[in-house]
Amino acid sequence: MLFESSKLSPMHEMSLAEGVLQLIEDAARKEKFSSVKAVWLEIGQLSGVEPQAMAFCFDAVTRDSVAAGARLEIIALPGTGWCMACEKTVPMTEVFGECPQCGGYQMQVTGGTEMRVKELEVE
Amino acid sequence: MCVTCGCGSEEVKIEGEAAHREHDHVHADGTHHSHAHDHADDAAHRHSHDEAPAHSHAAGVSPKRMVQIEQDILAKNNAYAQANRQRLAERGIFALNLVSSPGSGKTTLLCKTIALLGQQPVAVIEGDQQTSQDADRIRATGAQAIQINTGKGCHLDAHMVGHAMAQLSLADASLLMIENVGNLVCPAAFDLGEAHKVVILSVTEGEDKPIKYPDMFRAASLMLLNKIDLLPHLQYDVQEAIGFARRVNPNIRVIQLSATSGAGMDEWLAFLRDGMNQASAAKQESVDSLKARIAQLETQLQRAPR
Repeated sequence: MLFESSKLSPMHEMSLAEGVLQLIEDAARKEKFSSVKAVWLEIGQLSGVEPQAMAFCFDAVTRDSVAAGARLEIIALPGTGWCMACEKTVPMTEVFGECPQCGGYQMQVTGGTEMRVKELEVE
Repeated sequence: MCVTCGCGSEEVKIEGEAAHREHDHVHADGTHHSHAHDHADDAAHRHSHDEAPAHSHAAGVSPKRMVQIEQDILAKNNAYAQANRQRLAERGIFALNLVSSPGSGKTTLLCKTIALLGQQPVAVIEGDQQTSQDADRIRATGAQAIQINTGKGCHLDAHMVGHAMAQLSLADASLLMIENVGNLVCPAAFDLGEAHKVVILSVTEGEDKPIKYPDMFRAASLMLLNKIDLLPHLQYDVQEAIGFARRVNPNIRVIQLSATSGAGMDEWLAFLRDGMNQASAAKQESVDSLKARIAQLETQLQRAPR
């Protein structure tokens, strides 16, 4: 693999990149633009998406498209979870992570699974 | 091709539909599949803000502007999934999305389940990259089955499943089992419109699979720990495996079973029957409430002064 995968759970960024391109192409038809200069994605830290893999796949799928050569900006959103033992929201770095306060695993992920296209710079 | 798992979205084939799809699905703009479900975009709301003053640019140079998208990357799939879910609810059909690694015993489990359910109508959608071997095995049990070959694709998506559902003649209040491509990674993200994802883990795999592939175990509501008839021959810690699954998903239900010996199958069948009863009861409830509403309106019409 060309990049270092820091997570144990690689998601398939290629399919996701195709989803991004579909949203861009839909927007291009509705908003009548012919070229995309930059794309902002919001990616949660617990979404399982590897930013480097996403960047690699984005370049591959957007070749010969309206978004060819566009700059990809990834906005990382923090992971949060609800600890059932502490009864409060705490930061999480992994979906199977322990509570940083009590060390328990009775955790429900409440934020950080986002995978969204936020906005585009177009012309 | 996908750098993590080798998937690609081309070459999808659904039995009995191949020729139709070729001309129907590829559009001049390169968009696939956009004809059949135009409503998929309804949820979208976009606002464009033309932030650049148009007059300040030289002729021939279009002004740069920002377009707000604010949409989930999987929005399209989710819209198709919602449409599938709606169609299933209208018919009172209980649908499950069965996910696992290759070789966990999904197809054998399905064949046994169908046999044990007896007269209960069951339909199966089989997802594999190639061949119709699995659908052939299911059809041999007498159940309806349709094969989707995803080609290089590593998962089923809601659009493919919608097409496959249209090809099957699904009975009201029946059971639909969708056997996903054997893969513990990608299918986790793709909602197909099912009531539950059911993850199958066999005891010949590692106990730590739930924490190695947490997304899948988090997405599933039920884990079937399969092949427990082999436990005497293995050094497998059942409690450790269940502990790892609960660490990722505290609410996951676990059923230990063996399709070969039949152990635990009663509990699994009870889960299926509960689900089917709930799905058909929910449908009946909406039919009853509509009937009650019609009766109410008719009474009002009769009472209305002429």
